[in-house]
Amino acid sequence: MFDFLSNYDDPSLLGAFWMTVKLTVFSAVGSLVWGTMLAAMRVSPVPLMRGFGTAYVNLVRNIPLTVIIVFTSLGLADIFGMTMGAPDDFKVQNFRLAVLGFVAYTAAFVCEAIRSGINTVPVGQAEAARAIGLSFGQVLRLIVLPQAFRAVIGPLANVLIALTKNTTVAAAIGVAEAAYLMKEMIENEAQTLLIGAVFAFGFVVLTLPTGLFLGWLSKRLAVKR
Amino acid sequence: MSSVLYDAPGPRAKLRNKILTVLFVILLALVAWWVWLKMDDKSQLEWSLWEPFTTSQAWTTYLLPGLADTLKAAGLAMVISLPLGGLFGIARLSDHTWVRVPAGVVVEFFRSIPVLLLMLFANEVFARSTDVSTEDRPMFAVVTGLVLYNASVLAEVVRAGILALPKGQTEAAQAIGLRKGQTMSTILLPQAVTVMLPAIVSQLVVIVKDTALGGVMLQFTDLLNARSTLAANYGNVVQSFVVVAIIYIIVNFIITSFAGWLEQRLRRGKKSTGAVIPTAAVGGTTATGGEGGGAPGLGTYVEKRDT
Repeated sequence: MFDFLSNYDDPSLLGAFWMTVKLTVFSAVGSLVWGTMLAAMRVSPVPLMRGFGTAYVNLVRNIPLTVIIVFTSLGLADIFGMTMGAPDDFKVQNFRLAVLGFVAYTAAFVCEAIRSGINTVPVGQAEAARAIGLSFGQVLRLIVLPQAFRAVIGPLANVLIALTKNTTVAAAIGVAEAAYLMKEMIENEAQTLLIGAVFAFGFVVLTLPTGLFLGWLSKRLAVKR
Repeated sequence: MSSVLYDAPGPRAKLRNKILTVLFVILLALVAWWVWLKMDDKSQLEWSLWEPFTTSQAWTTYLLPGLADTLKAAGLAMVISLPLGGLFGIARLSDHTWVRVPAGVVVEFFRSIPVLLLMLFANEVFARSTDVSTEDRPMFAVVTGLVLYNASVLAEVVRAGILALPKGQTEAAQAIGLRKGQTMSTILLPQAVTVMLPAIVSQLVVIVKDTALGGVMLQFTDLLNARSTLAANYGNVVQSFVVVAIIYIIVNFIITSFAGWLEQRLRRGKKSTGAVIPTAAVGGTTATGGEGGGAPGLGTYVEKRDT
């Protein structure tokens, strides 16, 4: 029944899902960094930085991810010659371009998640901290961030799971991940339903435990108010 | 302005903010200058590349038909997935385990699969087991994929909407002797619809964005697909991307503003119970945006106000 799987070795089924995992991990780390920077701008006391953060989030959130990913390949690479340090290896180049696109897109959602986390901390907490004479750094480090971090886990988990599913868009620029392999298989093999089930199962395995674990964690750590 | 992070600025903080502003302006200017240089270097600033968008031909031949298809697919997907989502949302609240559990499994299953896989699968099923014509097939596949995914997301919205209603509503209905079906159809659903309207409208943004997947992977003739034909004709890849992105932003901005306006209105409404599902609250429908969606098994957050 699963004989047809052996016809595919570039990528193989596991290889394709490994690519999905790699895309997810690299993009998650990148968008966490860039998203945190954007969030810092959005809550900063400098109006111009706040404006930039807001503009970035609202613009990027309303562009389809597909447009961004396709642009990295057709625009950044083909027209502007951004080879991402791998001018000869198109596989590596497309992978890095896809990660770049995912980071640019996902960071907007990470930023919103972090900002909403900071907003859950009541102003009175910081006011009380300032009243007992803590400095700005101490207020941030001892009072605000510990509470905000715990409130942020749930929303961030949602972003991570959405990102896992979003990595399938990389198939549009030929990154050999799960959706790419599924398209190839489902067009060439007879067992449509079986192939669909195999790939669906793969994603359930990737997203369900993450969701359950992080959901449990966010409930456990939630600040009771 | 005071926030949780900082107090109203004094003289020193004001000076520091000014310095930061200047530094940030310089940084932004440097980035803009670099982008400008790059564009100029590859002669992407030539007016001849932008000019087609000032002619009516580019719009009537490529962009508007593409946009029409995008909106058609999005509208169809929304219209079909709403009743389906309502059905599954209510089924998940059923008192009978044999209804509640299967509905829950179906909803969580389709929520955890990327919408692209659903589209690819639907496309192949249509190609093999139905006689849908080759021209119609991409549209069918895109709409099917979107419906399967969004019905399950909307099921969560409906469930959260009903759960957000004050418990007194159900109790009062029971007290005057209404049966379960009557309570749902005459008391809970009508109120829940207004509660979840903003969330439903903003889910439309996600649907519009997802149609672009079909344009690249299934040759669906949507806006993004129209862009590639346009760029092939005029030879302006970067410019067409910019214009298409702006169109998407405008369309989605209109939808988002409408959802926000609805939410404001419903919050102020005297007749409502005051419970409104914020547009971004349901398991990350808009919070994650894109082909996003909530975490399976993660509880939905519902904002509730005492009445």
